[in-house]
Amino acid sequence: MGTWWRWRAATSTLIKALTGALVPAPGVIHLNGAQVSFRNPLEARRAGIETVYQELGVAPALEVSQNLFLGREQRRPGLRGTLFRQLDKPAMRRASAEHMADLGIRIQSIRQRVETLSGGQRQAVAVARVAAWATRLVVMDEPTAALGVRETRQVLDLILRVRDRGLPVVLISHDMPNVFHVADRIHIHRLGRRVALVNTDNVTMDDAVAVMTGARSPADVPQVPLSAPGEDASSPKGRDHGER
Amino acid sequence: MTPATARVAAADLDTGVGSSSWWRVALTGQVTGPLAALILAVVIFSTTTENFFSGANLALVVQQSVVVGTLAIGQTLVVLTAGIDLACAAGVVVTVLLGAVNGSLVSFASLPPFIVTLGVLTALTAGARLFTDSASYPIKSTPLTALNHGPRVGGVAITYGAMAWIGLTILMAYALTQTKWGTRIYTVGDNPQAAELVGIDVKRVLFGVYVVAGLIYAIAAWQALGRTPTADPAGYPTANLDSITAVVIGGTSLFGGRGGVAGTLVGTLIVTVLQNGLTHAGIDSLYQQVATGVLVVLAVAVDRLTRTRQSR
Repeated sequence: MGTWWRWRAATSTLIKALTGALVPAPGVIHLNGAQVSFRNPLEARRAGIETVYQELGVAPALEVSQNLFLGREQRRPGLRGTLFRQLDKPAMRRASAEHMADLGIRIQSIRQRVETLSGGQRQAVAVARVAAWATRLVVMDEPTAALGVRETRQVLDLILRVRDRGLPVVLISHDMPNVFHVADRIHIHRLGRRVALVNTDNVTMDDAVAVMTGARSPADVPQVPLSAPGEDASSPKGRDHGER
Repeated sequence: MTPATARVAAADLDTGVGSSSWWRVALTGQVTGPLAALILAVVIFSTTTENFFSGANLALVVQQSVVVGTLAIGQTLVVLTAGIDLACAAGVVVTVLLGAVNGSLVSFASLPPFIVTLGVLTALTAGARLFTDSASYPIKSTPLTALNHGPRVGGVAITYGAMAWIGLTILMAYALTQTKWGTRIYTVGDNPQAAELVGIDVKRVLFGVYVVAGLIYAIAAWQALGRTPTADPAGYPTANLDSITAVVIGGTSLFGGRGGVAGTLVGTLIVTVLQNGLTHAGIDSLYQQVATGVLVVLAVAVDRLTRTRQSR
């Protein structure tokens, strides 16, 4: 996926740096081989990085399509847009409906208020938003932590569909079964540092947990060799997932 | 996905995309409840008092609504951002400046709107009393009282002030529901964290809201000069509470992000009809204030209950 980092930090710090919420003092970020730096979340988003947070980043009183276009509303073409500043709600609703259908998210109406949706559907809206706008990378920080089992499954399946659209996804999670359900490659972090980089095909869940908790040495599991910045650090399937 | 489920999904989605005109959206939704209450109040006063239901009195109700109704439009903007403006009636002289002061204190200094506007209200009222020696000044200037005039239609005067009130309501209904500016006000009021995360400049939105609200209060002050052509620092003592009552009864949530100016228009009429009707029923004006107070607390309680249920 081409993202490469090296600094001592817990994943929350890592996420903040990746998404521009925090500027890493000693570290650098490479995106697609080029060094980048973000002073704020807006710059990270302009670089094509979108983030899903554990706490729902949706506006519950607004309708689904408004949430997909949150902060990126589109105006009507012609005078109605330029002179009267009118939003193009029909176009945004159409685009939202298509996008939700593409991702296989089932809701009754695109005009439903998000608060009328279940927790899993709300998080699906948040995921759909980042999938709609990200061009380089999607970062998800514990996206299923607030959800029940069935809803977690829905969101994980949605993450797989986002990946299948060709977007690299970095998933931060403590839940190893969830990680193994969706990830191709795992960065195992322990005590704020990455201790191992493994492919999910080559290790068992028990091994990964053992490395994460320190019960086994990282040297005991088959690792993916680290690549330097500028090289392609992609996993064989071109996708990457993180794990602490 | 099989063709059958795809068809079902498409049918599901179809139901949501149909468009309806913006004014219909602005009018429906949360306005039906307040509208029913208004009609009920009108029916009750029409049957229990002799003179309530007459053309002249209903025109008076509209005239009595103009100042509070216009203040309440500005108040609606502030309440939509989960704020409150207690100083809205204080700004007879310096409203726009006042809005900027309130706006900067609330947005850039991150102070609670409740305390900021209460402080500004106290200071300004005292300042106005010092400036005028607590006396009221008659206003003779024609431009200042111009809003109390207007064409007569069927023996009932339609003042420019009333037109400004209705016009502003329509303008703000459009701005709130049809522009980025409006959508951002709702977003900031609904979930400021989410707004921040998608790159909305929350402080700038808040600042803008207080400035525009200040501008609207200035128009209300102008209307007030037309109705009672005196500059009196003790004038409109209940305008603050009345405007907040109108906003809340009109279905705008004090927790932000829900409601709109169409509801506020109806809410204002409810407040005025109640006061006017109670006067016709021969009830002391102090009891009218009791009624307004009870009404606003009731409306807030309903707001709280529905809000809690929705967030579960």
